[in-house]
Amino acid sequence: MAEQLLEVKNLETHFNTPEGVVHAVNGVSFHLSEGETLGVVGESGCGKSVTMLSCLRLIPSPPGKIVAGQAIFKGDDLLKLEPEEIRHVRGGQISMVFQDPMTSLNPVMTIGKQMAEPLMVHLNMTKEQARKRSIELLGLVGIPNAADRLKDYPHQYSGGMRQRVMIAMALSCNPQILIADEPTTALDVTIQAQIVDLVKRLRQELGMAIIWITHDLGVVANLADRVMVMYGGYIIEEANVYELYANPRHPYTLGLIGSLPQVHQDAHKKLFSIEGMPPVLYQTPNLCPFAPRCKWVTERCWQENPVLEQIADGHRLACWVDTKNGSNQA
Amino acid sequence: MTAYDNVLIRVENLVMHFPIYRGVIRRQVGAVHAVDGVSFDIHQGETLGLVGESGCGKSTTGRTILQLYKPTAGNVYFKDTNLVKLRTEPMRLMRREMQMIFQDPYASLNPRMTVRDIVGEPLLAFNEASGKQIDERVKELLHMVQLNPDYSGRYPHEFSGGQRQRIGLARALALNPSFIVCDEPISALDVSIQAQVVNLLEALQEKLNLTYLFIAHDLSMVRHISNRVAVMYLGIIVELADRNELFANPLHPYTQALLSAIPVADPVYNEKRHRILLEGDVPSPVNPPSGCRFRTRCPIADAFCAEKTPEWREVRPGHFAACHKI
Repeated sequence: MAEQLLEVKNLETHFNTPEGVVHAVNGVSFHLSEGETLGVVGESGCGKSVTMLSCLRLIPSPPGKIVAGQAIFKGDDLLKLEPEEIRHVRGGQISMVFQDPMTSLNPVMTIGKQMAEPLMVHLNMTKEQARKRSIELLGLVGIPNAADRLKDYPHQYSGGMRQRVMIAMALSCNPQILIADEPTTALDVTIQAQIVDLVKRLRQELGMAIIWITHDLGVVANLADRVMVMYGGYIIEEANVYELYANPRHPYTLGLIGSLPQVHQDAHKKLFSIEGMPPVLYQTPNLCPFAPRCKWVTERCWQENPVLEQIADGHRLACWVDTKNGSNQA
Repeated sequence: MTAYDNVLIRVENLVMHFPIYRGVIRRQVGAVHAVDGVSFDIHQGETLGLVGESGCGKSTTGRTILQLYKPTAGNVYFKDTNLVKLRTEPMRLMRREMQMIFQDPYASLNPRMTVRDIVGEPLLAFNEASGKQIDERVKELLHMVQLNPDYSGRYPHEFSGGQRQRIGLARALALNPSFIVCDEPISALDVSIQAQVVNLLEALQEKLNLTYLFIAHDLSMVRHISNRVAVMYLGIIVELADRNELFANPLHPYTQALLSAIPVADPVYNEKRHRILLEGDVPSPVNPPSGCRFRTRCPIADAFCAEKTPEWREVRPGHFAACHKI
């Protein structure tokens, strides 16, 4: 097994709101190996973005607060670094691509200037060096006439091209980890396929590890080595990608997979839908957070929150019910 | 096809160009060819799916059918009435029959109105009810879209995305329409909530005998909900067929590429399948390419495709496509 590049232990993040303290991330532990692609799946508000933002200390504080946990990256705990030090990690060694390519670029700055900024800050490049490198990077992500297009403003780029620019910027300082937060959600399927292909190619060329946050199980199936499913601020199931799709165990994972219409199968049946809505947790629950929406729910689910346990090699699950055989687990 | 005999909506050569003005005297320098000659029928009780990438004109088609834009050319028949020829007041009255639900459940509900006012507004606008009657009808509608009728005094911000989309649906249903244009109603929602809304749309269609034009870019959902599917590219329809036929035997290279780009939640299947990756973006609709519009991205295009516009023809019974190579 490769060396762990990032190891997160018992991460807990809370948000203070007028309605009370929202427990957004509740003791999440996971690791990322070198060169690995980890898919993080869940609905809006399940804590997937907050988990990753917490690791980079990008949570607005207040109202957010990282209450407990560690995020060990190359021997250092990211959560304890001085502000100056974490700034070097962000954008340099760990970089991030955000969901909305329309709003994450500065509309009144040319693409060239925006791309040069991290290069000049992190790698101490001169303006001219940064310009050359920007052209190289835009070429790398497949933007034609890169030299001319540096003078353009974001509104002159299409959505797919803006996302390419975001990826180019994230790659500019040769990061070891790329965190992509729903990078293709706002894009068309054909453009999404282009971006996924681009990321696959870059992963091979540059050998970085990727954390891909999404709610689209289809994209993850295509890209990730390992998948982590989150719900209510907990990891509820984790397995390698083949295992997870062939052998999903948690009722929520089953529901997510079932709610997708299958393109390559011939059937017109009612979609499996998970009734109700994801919870907002104002306290650490003493029941399974999924219990109110679960159709396998048992007495025990209302009384105890299941812990994440290894059920097979590399397959972790937090559920009291054996969804496979329909009986309670020991 | 026999199941849908009566045509409810007939669209004939619909053209919608948006003029571009430049300079001090606002001279017209060109036009965005958003919809460029689109024809199709929608049968009573049917769902017609309309798919394509952003900017291909699918939303404009939906809006132009409802006469939210005045079409540049072409006709839209609702039953026997040509909507394009109607004057303002008769058209306003026709709107009872046709409604729309919008993509963004956050932007399409007025944040300063309560649910009761939002859902009741169409009733007020057409003098269908007043006072207590509106309260009654709103409660009935909320019940119909599976929302708690007691929430009628709340404001939109108190609801989640899926619930807001239900409010939008209740508003669309208020006047008992027969035709609803669903403009990407689920693309802003979470996966598990998407399934809820789609199931609700299907249940209501059966109960109220509704006809849908379902606009989306998510092909797998379109396949699920539609009876027939039309594929649009840069202002024109390139292929139209029965749902199963289209997905099993896509004829147009664009449809083939679109289908192969759908992410499938099955890692084993993904490794086996052949993907056609399209290069680049959709060209600008201000200056669409000559001949076949798809030729700039088409993997099998040749010189002939640039010269002649492919004809729209019935390749197999009920399966239409426009391509020289078929």
